[in-house]
Amino acid sequence: MRPAPIGAPSRRTVLAAAGLGLGLQFVGANAFAAGTRNRFVLIICRGAADGLSVAPPVGDANYVPLRGDLAITEEALRLDGDFGLHPQLSAIHQMAQADQARIAPAVAMPDRIRSHFEAQDRLENGAGHEAAVGWMNRTLASLGARSKAEGLSVGPVAPLVLRGPVPTASWSPGRVVETEARLPTLIQDLYKDDPVLSVAFGKGLQTEATAQAAMSRLASPAPEAQTAADAAAVESAMAQGLSPREAARRTRAMSGSDRKAAHALGQTVAGFMRQDTGADMVAISLDGFDTHANQAGQLATRLSYLDALADGLRTGLGAAWGQTVVLVVTEFGRTARTNGTAGTDHGTASTALMLGGGLKPGGIIGDWPSLQESKLYENRDLAPTLDMRSLFKGVLADHMGVDRRALDTTVFPDSASAPPLQNLV
Amino acid sequence: MALPDRDLQAALAVTRFGLGARPGEIAAAHADPQGFLADQIGGSPPDRSSSIALPEGRIEAIRAFGAARRESLEASRARAGDAEALRLITNERRRELRDGVMNDVLARTANAAITPKAFAERWALFWANHFTVAQGNIISGATIGPYENLALRPYVFGSFRDLLISAETHPAMLIYLNQDRSVGPNSPFAQRRAQTPNGREPGLNENLAREILELHTVGVNGGYSQADVTEFARALTGVSFERLTAAESAGQPRFRRAAHEPGEREIMGVRYAQRGDDQAVAILSDLASKPQTARFISWKIARHFVADDPPEALVRRLERTWRDTDGALDQVARTLIAAPESWEPAARKFKTPYEFMISSWRAAGAAPQDVKQLGLLTAMGQRPFAAPSPEGWPEEEGAWATPDGMIKRLVWTEAFAPRAVGDRDPNRLAEEALGARLSGPTATAIRRAESRGEAFALLLMSPEFQRR
Repeated sequence: MRPAPIGAPSRRTVLAAAGLGLGLQFVGANAFAAGTRNRFVLIICRGAADGLSVAPPVGDANYVPLRGDLAITEEALRLDGDFGLHPQLSAIHQMAQADQARIAPAVAMPDRIRSHFEAQDRLENGAGHEAAVGWMNRTLASLGARSKAEGLSVGPVAPLVLRGPVPTASWSPGRVVETEARLPTLIQDLYKDDPVLSVAFGKGLQTEATAQAAMSRLASPAPEAQTAADAAAVESAMAQGLSPREAARRTRAMSGSDRKAAHALGQTVAGFMRQDTGADMVAISLDGFDTHANQAGQLATRLSYLDALADGLRTGLGAAWGQTVVLVVTEFGRTARTNGTAGTDHGTASTALMLGGGLKPGGIIGDWPSLQESKLYENRDLAPTLDMRSLFKGVLADHMGVDRRALDTTVFPDSASAPPLQNLV
Repeated sequence: MALPDRDLQAALAVTRFGLGARPGEIAAAHADPQGFLADQIGGSPPDRSSSIALPEGRIEAIRAFGAARRESLEASRARAGDAEALRLITNERRRELRDGVMNDVLARTANAAITPKAFAERWALFWANHFTVAQGNIISGATIGPYENLALRPYVFGSFRDLLISAETHPAMLIYLNQDRSVGPNSPFAQRRAQTPNGREPGLNENLAREILELHTVGVNGGYSQADVTEFARALTGVSFERLTAAESAGQPRFRRAAHEPGEREIMGVRYAQRGDDQAVAILSDLASKPQTARFISWKIARHFVADDPPEALVRRLERTWRDTDGALDQVARTLIAAPESWEPAARKFKTPYEFMISSWRAAGAAPQDVKQLGLLTAMGQRPFAAPSPEGWPEEEGAWATPDGMIKRLVWTEAFAPRAVGDRDPNRLAEEALGARLSGPTATAIRRAESRGEAFALLLMSPEFQRR
């Protein structure tokens, strides 16, 4: 099914098309031709991911004494003499070998807080004053004048980072809406005086239609075989009741199919982004990183899921991977020392990952503060050397074309002291 | 501020403070809407010393699963011939335990759908979310239903101090926030372990201490420091329970003296010289009485019942009652009902998926019979006993009124409405469900619908039904 022609279709056309399951554009189609437009994906690892396990500092002499059994040494996938990646991050390691992945090993938002919820809020609203608006939404607003970039979140609950005045889409796998168009049309009429519900519902119907188009592309014969089976795995895992977290939580014996589900989810999201009029800025949340006890197993499952998701995005985007940057971030890091229950408590700096087909080659992003006792923040945490906003702003400036003043003042309010990092893409 | 007319009051009493109207409920509230709610407040809390943590049947199921798993592991290590048979028995025991958890979820949902005391149930659900426990493994999941029923519900109209202590010392909470494994670094147990070669040194886990301060009592701006968190974690060491597989008193509170960090603690400027678990109880008791706690939770109550951005006057009223009564929750509930700000006609709260689903059943005068009927709660992002974090489920409209969330509601409604409405008159059901809150456009759309199913679906998806 070909997408409907460019131009704003009437609401009724949209709804009728959605009801019939037709391929459909987002209202407000992207002005750029497919293949040349840049895309950005933010993956938020909620719960404070342990950076010292994501990218173990194998060259730091203090790492093993601090971490004991939790230190990842020989099994780390080496990046260089100083750092490796967690053994579950094999696809990301391959990307790194091809200059498509870099690590920022000691990054943090400017606030020194150890509350998950407050720190996630700051991470997502950009430490701004507008607590209820996310910085990706403000980015869309500032791009709005020149382009019609679209935002998309994956999952039934909208993450703060995308919330705000610019309407964005959200989607998760599940049963398709297969009604005749009548009921949704009647409902949309009831919502006409309710700005929140009318926008959300209208967007939902459009996205549902786009999803059907994206999924049907997936199911067609593709070089990455088994994609239909993968999509089915995601469908069944998530539709009957498993969130990505649940899927990952199923026993380790099933981790093969979990990886498959995550991979298929990545490919499906890539399908959205590949559509001529699809999403340009995507936010995905993964949770379950709060590893206070028995960290090793729990973290391995989560990172395996992350790795497969990233690989699904890469393969699903195909040529568009070259125009895509993925940032994987978390609200803060964990204590440098292992706690009393084979886990770690809330800390400060953590590792961010930067992935994409068009990265400039380079070593680690930012400096390594070292794990010497005297260098630890409050004698307990890895000290941050890089303001996370500089990383975000660098990508938004050079990759998404957001201008410097907007970045310093509106997207990340009062952030002139955290200049955009240069030469990332 | 004047109260709205009686028709609207009755509709608000049942839909905003309750869980949505069952047929006849708005009529029942009409004579005295505030009294209708106030009559649901009460029930005297049980004597904590005689209360149990988990019912005997659940303990037996956990014990049976634990024993089967142990035998199966031993057999498989020894490569014994019956390893496969034992593995199957373990699976069977696990399935029985999972069925028990599913029954807890179904019982909770079905009760919400039929209870005539829906305000009391909403009040209890508020506290269950305030003191969130989510399922980790199957055993922790099996503790949540008993936790809500035995450690929370009996105390929700009593003193906040008792509710707090009951919640924080139940096995469900101690497991969820890792307190069961936290050990004082200078405790006798840790000292003994330090002498053992190759033994992993046990130590502190700050999780429960931090969340009590941040989420359960004074709130994130409550004026505590990292040092207070660590001190509190030290004080909490030893607070534990009898193993769930123990032959006697399984799950009952037990203070593990050997794991307790000895010495005085200082938290938020107060010194605690008590010994044993008296120390933790004294700290919890002080936290319960802090003005920051009164402020933080009053704001949460107002936000839950009235608006994401609640009227300051309402928060102040609740806070004053809380401080005047040292957290008498029945009095706080009465203040909420009596406050004019609570009766503002505009419905400013968007229902969570759970609230939406419960109110749909109530509108139909029905209740779920099978846990399979709850499957879409997961798709809508709110599987019971599975809140994403200790902060509990989000409250705000922005989290739930999402494109995907709305589509999932539509999907559920399409399947539910035709079966739920049966051969009844949907116009009448709409009046019963919303009373004076039913708008002209929605009533018209329902009247013009092609089928009963379509009409009932329009009612459930209407803006005034989606909000409360």
